[in-house]
Amino acid sequence: MAYNWNWDVFLQPTATGDDTYLGWMFYGFKMTIALSLSSWLIALAVGAVVGVLRTVPNRGLSGLATAYVEVFRNIPLLVQLFLWYFVMPELLPLAWGDALKQTNPILQQFFAAMLCLALFTSARVAEQVRSGINSLPPGQKNAGLAMGFTLPQTYRFVLLPMAVRLIVPPLTSEFLNIFKNSAVCSTIGLLELAAQGRQLVDYTAQPYESFIAVTLAYLLINVVVMFGMRWLEERVRVPGYIGGK
Amino acid sequence: MHEFDWSSIPGAWPFLWDGMVISLQITITAILVGIVWGTLLALMRLSSIKPLAWFAAAYVNLFRAVPLVMVLLWFFLIVPTLLESLLGLPRGSDVRLASAITGFALFEAAYYSEIIRAGIQSVSKGQMAAASALGMTYGQSMRLVVLPQAFRNMIPLLLTQGIILFQDTSLVYVSALADFFGAAYKVGDRDGRLVELLLFAGAVYFVICFSASRIVRHYQNKMKVA
Repeated sequence: MAYNWNWDVFLQPTATGDDTYLGWMFYGFKMTIALSLSSWLIALAVGAVVGVLRTVPNRGLSGLATAYVEVFRNIPLLVQLFLWYFVMPELLPLAWGDALKQTNPILQQFFAAMLCLALFTSARVAEQVRSGINSLPPGQKNAGLAMGFTLPQTYRFVLLPMAVRLIVPPLTSEFLNIFKNSAVCSTIGLLELAAQGRQLVDYTAQPYESFIAVTLAYLLINVVVMFGMRWLEERVRVPGYIGGK
Repeated sequence: MHEFDWSSIPGAWPFLWDGMVISLQITITAILVGIVWGTLLALMRLSSIKPLAWFAAAYVNLFRAVPLVMVLLWFFLIVPTLLESLLGLPRGSDVRLASAITGFALFEAAYYSEIIRAGIQSVSKGQMAAASALGMTYGQSMRLVVLPQAFRNMIPLLLTQGIILFQDTSLVYVSALADFFGAAYKVGDRDGRLVELLLFAGAVYFVICFSASRIVRHYQNKMKVA
């Protein structure tokens, strides 16, 4: 096989001349991290609320939360992304849509990608929150109510502190998923890691080096997140539960 | 506010239908390959032959750490040229689509293998011991005793994974394959009716996946009683 390996290609200045190819990769890396982390924070907040609502005795509220989860779980991520990016600005009131279209295109892509990833993941977080709350013995809620707590207080002081610790391990895999799912956002032109990998192939004609580097970058993210979460899992583990001390 | 015009959908029906057929073909291929190759991987991972176990662990962890989009790009852009130069295929013999589907199936097999491994481990150890005590070899006890029970327990999970896989097929968009989503996007782009076509595609996926997951749940509840 006559292929010229050339790892120095990363240090060469790019075709546009203002950066090295390594610099491009690093830009994509930062974009992937920024996108994933900001989406993750929103997903946790929204997912926690929706997950709690799924377990409340009010049928209207829990039905609404169920509908939310079903919609976001049963439409492919790519379709959701295109809906946020291409369709949402058209459905907003005209003035808003126009204002959105006049902002910086990178910001538009980032905003759509962040909303999409955040809400997509929030439905999954909500399912974990729900199963965490439901896994607690019903006696906990009853005891809380019997002590004279209101329902919100029971959630705040009795159910959630336990549930939050129980759902850390399943959330680890959701957290890993959000980094992987962020690669889908390359399809709307957002220059994150996967998109920069493709660009590098086009510009440098060194496809193997470019793709190996990008794949290694994803592996690196994966390993770092896994170790971080394992550390967290050990800190919050509940004694007496499976996997507990 | 946007003025909706759904008129381009009925005319594009055959094209969209062809796209759906391709989506389903990829789904079924990947499910079959995923279950067969995934079972082999799971058996390797649980096997006492260390190199096999390491290979399976490395395979599964690698595919699970890399985004599907990256895997599809590897198999769409890189692997075909590699194959061409390795096998001496004439240039331009188009293996890219076959390659993309292969990559997709290999990726999903990693996820299936984890489900199947958990399924095998959920069968109680006494079953294996009893089979050995009856004089069965390892292969026989796996095939005749453990795997049938494991698969029975796993059916709902395997089907749920199938629904996720069906959603994932939309990502073959990056490899220019005209699956259902690709077809809908093309029609919308051509007619300047992207909003309607994307909403339509979303609705179709929702109806299919929602009904399928309902059926799986129904089946799961029925099995619980048995």
